[in-house]
Order: sequence, then structure tokens, then C-alpha cells
Amino acid sequence: MGSTNSTLSKIPNVEELVQETGFTPAHIVRLYDRFEALDKEKTGHLRPQDFGAINRLAINPIGDRIIGAFFSPGQETVDFHSFVRILAHFRPADKKRPKDPSMPEPVNSRTSKLKFAFQLYDQDKDGKISRAELLQVLRSMLEMQVTEEQLESIADRTIQEADLDTDDAISFEEFRKSLEKVNIDHKMSIRFLR
Amino acid sequence: MPAMWHSTFILVMVLLAISRPSLASQARTEESQGTGNATEHTITTLPIVIWKWEEIHFPYLVALWVLVSWLCKLVFQQNPCLTSVIPESGLLICIGWVLGGIIYGADKVQTFRLQPFTFFFYLLPQIVLDAGYSMPNKLFFGNLGAILVYAVIGTCWNAATLGLALWGCWLGGAMGDIDTGLLQLLLFGSLIAAVDPVAVIAVFEEVHVNEVLYILVFGESLLNDGVTVVLFNVFNAFVSLGGAQIDAVEIIKGIISFFVVAVGGSLVGVVFALLITLLTRCTKNIQIIEPGFIFVLGYLSYLTAEMLSLSAILSCTFCGVCCQKYINANMDERSVSTVRYTMKVFANGSETIIFVFLGISAIDPSIWVWNTAFILLTLLFIFVFRFIGVFLLTWILNQYRLVPLDFIDQVVMGYGGLRGAVAYGLVLLLDENTYKEKKLMVSTTFIVVYFTVMLQGITMKPLVTWLKVKRAAVAERTLAEKLQNRTFDHMLVAIEDISGQIGDNYMRDKWNNFEEKWLYWLLMTPFARKSCDPIFNIFHKLNIKDATSYVKEGERRGSLAFVRNESKADVDFNKKFDADFSEMMPYIMTENMGPDHVPVSSILRDSVPSVCLDMHEQDLKMRESEDFDAHHVLQQHLYKGRKQHRHRYSQKHLEVSKDEHEVQEIFQRTMRSRLESFKSAKMGVAPPKISKHLKKDQPQKVREDYVEFSEGDSASGCEAAGSSFPMRAYRGAGIVNPAFMAEMDTMDPMPPMQQIPSWLAEAEVDSSTVAPSQRAQLRLPWTPSNLRRLAPLRLSTHSNDSFLLADSPATQEGISEPPPPPPPQDGQGRGTHK
Repeated sequence: MGSTNSTLSKIPNVEELVQETGFTPAHIVRLYDRFEALDKEKTGHLRPQDFGAINRLAINPIGDRIIGAFFSPGQETVDFHSFVRILAHFRPADKKRPKDPSMPEPVNSRTSKLKFAFQLYDQDKDGKISRAELLQVLRSMLEMQVTEEQLESIADRTIQEADLDTDDAISFEEFRKSLEKVNIDHKMSIRFLR
Repeated sequence: MPAMWHSTFILVMVLLAISRPSLASQARTEESQGTGNATEHTITTLPIVIWKWEEIHFPYLVALWVLVSWLCKLVFQQNPCLTSVIPESGLLICIGWVLGGIIYGADKVQTFRLQPFTFFFYLLPQIVLDAGYSMPNKLFFGNLGAILVYAVIGTCWNAATLGLALWGCWLGGAMGDIDTGLLQLLLFGSLIAAVDPVAVIAVFEEVHVNEVLYILVFGESLLNDGVTVVLFNVFNAFVSLGGAQIDAVEIIKGIISFFVVAVGGSLVGVVFALLITLLTRCTKNIQIIEPGFIFVLGYLSYLTAEMLSLSAILSCTFCGVCCQKYINANMDERSVSTVRYTMKVFANGSETIIFVFLGISAIDPSIWVWNTAFILLTLLFIFVFRFIGVFLLTWILNQYRLVPLDFIDQVVMGYGGLRGAVAYGLVLLLDENTYKEKKLMVSTTFIVVYFTVMLQGITMKPLVTWLKVKRAAVAERTLAEKLQNRTFDHMLVAIEDISGQIGDNYMRDKWNNFEEKWLYWLLMTPFARKSCDPIFNIFHKLNIKDATSYVKEGERRGSLAFVRNESKADVDFNKKFDADFSEMMPYIMTENMGPDHVPVSSILRDSVPSVCLDMHEQDLKMRESEDFDAHHVLQQHLYKGRKQHRHRYSQKHLEVSKDEHEVQEIFQRTMRSRLESFKSAKMGVAPPKISKHLKKDQPQKVREDYVEFSEGDSASGCEAAGSSFPMRAYRGAGIVNPAFMAEMDTMDPMPPMQQIPSWLAEAEVDSSTVAPSQRAQLRLPWTPSNLRRLAPLRLSTHSNDSFLLADSPATQEGISEPPPPPPPQDGQGRGTHK
């Protein structure tokens, strides 16, 4: 407990972070340790290279997209607060906490989880997953031997399924609709130490 | 209403027909023993027909009973208003009472009764095998821990608490004067502790609760049968040993035997699953009896375990669970459906029979002994302890679950503790000499079964509705969902890596790794190995659905002649041309060669919606020819989320994947793209590589982007990636693709394309404007312009247009002049271009 407190004191604005992300102080400490471990040069910021040092991430087909999601546009570093905020997307939704309409939507709500997933596809940030963007993802998740036609027909089919306004692209609304039946909270949650 | 009376009448008639012979048979057996010999041996004249009831009466009665039970089910299913209130199992028990009453009225003795032997060796295995075979594996193993906790600890808890509580009440004198003891009551507790799979399946299948809840209750009910049989045997042995002989050694032996029996039974099942799977590797040439092997070996697994005095139910369950994936992949598609349906027929059939006989067997005054206190207390304790057990265990489990079970789920789980035929079968096995109160136990079991199946079964549905239990979500059917799920997997893994968490899928990953490395190699035919990718399966299914609906639509309009023509043209083509091109060529050929080869009226010819047909074409080809089976390709080459194959953190990452190649490749690709993104970040260009292509991201110009992409990709390190990027094929596709060609023509000058006939270009412009509006009018689930996507190669907008024309002649004028029949030189031109 003593070490927890001492670590906590090192982190600025812990209360705010706890409030915002819903993590417990123990989570934050744990994540802070992780952050420091990643931050090899002790700059207090993480750069893409630091993420790249995680070996297992390098073999993840969409690893670079995930890394990209940590960096807001134009920024080359991420500080601890943003780091935790991003990870908070993956906190399981807490059912016990009563819904408070006055509060901003928690970062681990269904919508923001979906938004996170959506932006992994929507790399040009135009609010739409175009056919090309979908193909990019498909291509990265499939090995080279799949023929382009097969890829394309799968991509087309996928777009068709979701595309409601027939603009050949998937908007966020359509994305959400297409995943209406998926329990996002189950699929996009990690059991952070409980 | 009249229908119901009618069917009831028929039932009664059938019944009388049955009970009469049985009545008669008893009388006649005695007769025939006296006089039979004389009449049989001294034939005075050649009989034309003789009455041979005696010889066939046993199988005949069995068959009749099966028929009657199934007829009951049929009757109920004709009256949906009835089954919506009372679950079918309850209704079947009721009809059993009625039938039993009639038989008893006729015979004055209960002639028919469900014998334990019949139950355990003929009726139960089918249900268990089916349950195992159709078990949703992923869910089952994903929740195996929880299921085991409920099945083992929960059942022991139920048995022990019930036995002890009854013993306490007995000591307290609440039950009056009955001759029993602690061990006997514990035995009774253990036989009635188990939730019954038959009853649970019957009730829960109608309720449609969410899948996690379902698998928990269902898995528990299956596995705890094994547990309860083991407990039963242990206590039975204890009782015969007598209280004085039981010391610590015996108790330890009992515990050991518990594990040996349970684990051993499961192992026998696994061994048989291996056998089945290996067998299906080489049954390709005897497809007709292929499904038979599954049943015989499944049954043998049950019998073998029973022979070794291991848990037969567990054996059969695991046999089904373990072999399903591999045999479904190994066997022919038709065999798989045969197995699936036959399983269901058997399982459903014997379930029906069991319930009917549970009703019939009760109508027999000779088995009933009433002891109000004992029966009511048992009911109460079962109910209460079930709830306490569930709450307690769930509380513990929830400490470890990602998705905790909420209170409502727990209530349903507790309430779903239905007891059934297994308890009945076990209680009949008791020896009346050792167990003086056997009759009381049998009666109590009956009451418990009736109470849980009828009352809890009936109230289950309202309860589930009232508590607003999460219902089952529709299974993932769309490609989008499937794809997204795969992305989620990758995403979670990445996030776990980043946040430094050690995921809780360690065992599963290990297993998947092992499975991919060894089991696939050992158990699957090389062909099957390649073909179990979920994404492709769904893609395939959807395509088939489209095709079916398309054919239906065509038939509705009167003719499918074009389908035949297409395939003929295709065959022609395949014979003529180089195999290399056969994948692309049909699409051109069918159109170009059509007029020459297929003598159809030109109108029909023109109205051929070749777009759609190409889809069929492709579909058919995909199924039939192995070399063009995207099935394999996708399955083989889709990177698995590391969730599915992952090692411990400390391990070298190169060992992670079964396929070093894959790791290397992803790694290199990632590094490359990352490099690019850093580069671009430095230059001040915002998000990396893709943006370049996507800026001009217009639906029409997508293809162009690809060209760029593939070029860029290959330029920046194709050799590193093994250079297997299908450049050649792709280029080829680009060139022959008339759809894009036409679009390109209007959008920007694409120099190296071949000349597009003017009519094609014209039509194309129209269709791009007209198609969407027309699409709305169409009835087809996937309209031509949709289907177009499925056959990217062949989608000439021209033919699209003509399809629309054929489809809605009313709008014909509105569009443009129908495209003239393709000029012969056009066909040749394109043919030579190839």
C-alpha cells in the first residue's frame, strides 16, 4: 500500500484522472508503472517508437493502427493522461454506477468504444469507412495469397451489408447499426486487474 | 378446437389398439403355453395367413409407443397456444398421465413402465450425444471453468446439503417413522441433486435466454449428470458397506474414485472422438454410411465407459464435443447435415418418449408411498439450496469474470434447476432390500420431477420476461460482424500488450496453437484443413442465399433458361482455353461466345442478367472446383488474433505463431508502414500512408487507388513480403474488368485500356444514374447493382443495365435505347485482348 501511495503522489492530477476514466487508483498506479516501463528515455512522453518496442505488437496485423489511435492528429507524443484515457475505452462498462445525465458520457460507453473501433478503419478521419479503407484493413488482416478479387468481393459484400444510404461507404451511424446486435461491452473490454 | 378433439380421438383409438393386444397378450400367453405346442406342430392344412402376434409383439409395441409419443408431440405442436403457456415437456408428462390412466384402466396394472436399463442404454445416449455434438464449442470452453464449478461443486453442495438437512429433520422426528439413515439420505440427495439435461434443454430451448446463461445452465446439467452418477455409485457402495465399515480410507477412496470416474469417462470420450475423427478422414468413398460411424462410435463411447464403470454421460458428451469440429470439416457437406438431422431426430424422439413415460410410469398405485413431510421438505430444500448454491458460487466466480453474472441471471439459473429423468432412472436402480424406503424415494423423485418440470417450467417463461433477462442475440451472420469481431480480437490483444496486462486466455491460446500445429495435421484431411474459416463461411452462405433467392425470382418470372446457357458457355470455354485464365475468362466468354454457342432467342439473350449469373457461376465454381475456392485461401491466410494463438509473455515472440512466415511477414509489413508513417509525420503530413490514397477517395475511382497501392507496396518492399502480392492477377483483373473500365472511361483517361465500344460507354453513363432508383423497385434481396460487387470481374454496367431493362420494362423508355446485341467484332476484340 505504501508503494501505491508513493507512486500515486508522483502522478499529477490523479483524482481528475480517476474521476474521468473510472479507473481505481490501483489501476492507475499499475498503468503508470507500465507507462514508465515503456518510456525508456524517461521523457514523460511516449513516442510511436516506444510502442514499437513492444515485440508482440509488431506482429499484430492492425498493431500500427492501434498505435496510431493513441496519438491525436499532428501530435507525435502521448503523455500519461492521454495514455490512460485511451486505455479507459477498454474498461468494462460498470453497471452499478447510476447513469448521470449531467455528466459527459463515460469513455467506456458503447458509443465511445464503437468510435474507437471506427477510427481504426477511418484513417483519413472523414467520418466514413470507404471501400478502400475497408480493403486496407482486410488486406492487412489477410495474408498475401488471397487474391485481390476475393478481397474485393468480401469488402463489397461487407459494405453492402452496412451501407444504408448507398454511398458505397460506411458512416459511423451505419457502422453502429451494423454492429447493433454485437455486445460491444463484451467484445471490447479487457479485464483490467480487478 | 375441432382439430384437437379429432386428434385426441385418434390418440385414444391408437391407445386402445395398443392396450388391447397387450391385454390380450397376457391372457394368450397362458393359453398358448398350454395349447400352443399342439396347434403349432400339427398343421392340418396350409394356412394362408396366420396371426403371429407373439413373435413380433415386443418390437411392435416398442414401435407403437414411439409412434404414440411422437404423435403426442405432433398434437401439441399443432396447438401453439398451448405450448406457449406450458412447455412441451410438461404437456408430454400430462399426456403420459392420461395414457397411463387409460392403460391402467384397461389392464388394472401398469404394464408399461420406463425401465432404468431402457432409459440409460437406449434413450439417454442419444440425447447426450446430440447435446455434445451440437454444443457451441467456443462458448462451452470459454465458460468451462464456471460450468465445472457449478457442475462439480454445485452438485456436491446440493447433494450434501439436501442429505444433511433431510437427516436433520429425520432426527428431529419431522417425518415420522421411516427407516432410513444419514447415508441413505445422502444417497437420495446425490441422485436428486443433479439438474437434468433433458428437462433443461426442453425448457430453456423455448425460452431463448442469452447464450452465456444458456451455456452455463446447459453445460452444468450435462456435466453434473456425470457427477451425480459418480456420487450415486460412491454412496451406494457406502450404504452396502454399512456405516460401521466406513473409515477415512474408504472416504478417500470414494473421493479418488470420484475423480477417476469423471476424468476417466471424459478421457474415454476424447479417445473415441479421436477415433471418429481419424475414421472420417478416410470415409470419402463410403459416404452413405459415413454418418453411421458417428452414431455407432458415439454409442460405443457410452457403452465402453459404462463397461469400465466410468462416467458414460461424460464420455459421450466429450466425444461429441471434441469430434464435432473435425468431423464437420472432414465429412462431405451432405453427411454433415445427415448427422446433424439424424442426431436431432434421435435426441428429440427419445426426449419425447422419456417425458411421456415419466407420466405413464407414475400411474401405478403400487409405487406410491406418501409422506407429506418428507416430500415437502425435499421440495423446499432442493429449491432453497439450489438458490443458495448458485448465489454462493456465482459470487465467487464473479470475482474472476470479465462479464460478471448479474443478479437476474443468477435467479434464472437457480430457478432453472430442473430435475428429470436421470434422477428417476437412478432411483429405480436402488435395491429394495437395502433401501426400505425406496418407494418413498421414488414417489418423492416423481413429485420433484413434476414440480420442477411442470411448475418451474411453466413459470420460467413469464419469469424470464418479467425479470427482463437478456435474451439470446442473433448469431453473427453478417460479414461485417464477423470481420469486426476479428478486428476486436486483434485490438484487444494489442491493448493488452500496451497496457502490460496478461490476458486470461492463456490456456485457450496454448490449445489453439497446439490444435493448429498438430491436431489439424493429424485429424483433418488436407482439404478440410483449409476450409474452416468463419468469415469465408458466412460469405459463402450469404452468397448461396442470394443465389437461391435469385433463382426463385427467376422462376417466379417464368424461366431460368439463362442459367443453363451460362453454364454451358462456361463449360465450352473451359475446354477451350488455358486453365490459367479460366477463372477470369468465363465472364467475358459467356457474353461473347453466347450468341455463337447457345441458340437462344436473342431477346432472352439480351435480357440475361449476366451480372448475377456470374455470381452464381462463381459460387458454383467455388463449391465445385477446389482450385478456385476462396474458402481455403481465406481460412488459411487470415491472421489469427493472437488471442487465438499466444504464448506466455516471456517467450520469444518468433515462437508465437505456428508459422514463422506469417510473423515475419506481418512484422515486416508493420515495420514498413510504420517507417512510412514516421517519415510522413516528420514531413508534417498528418495521418500516415493511407491518406495519400484516400484523399481522392471516390467510390468510382477506388480501383485506381488499388493500382497505386499495390505499386507503392511493392516498391517499398515487396520482396521482403515474399513478393506474393497478386500483382499479376490483379492487373489482369483490372484490364478485363469492363465495369471499371467503363467508369474509368468517363472519369479519366486510362490509357492502356482497350477501346471501349461506344455503345458500352453510353449505356454505362445511363446506368450509373438510373441504377439506384431502379434498385429500389426491385424485389430481389440483393439487387443487381449489389450483386455486381460479388463478381468484381464481370460487372459490365452494360449488362447491369440490360438486366434492369428486363426487369422493369415499364421504365425502358426512360433509360435509353437498349444496348444493341454485341457486335461480333467486339467479342473478338476482347477475346484477342486476352
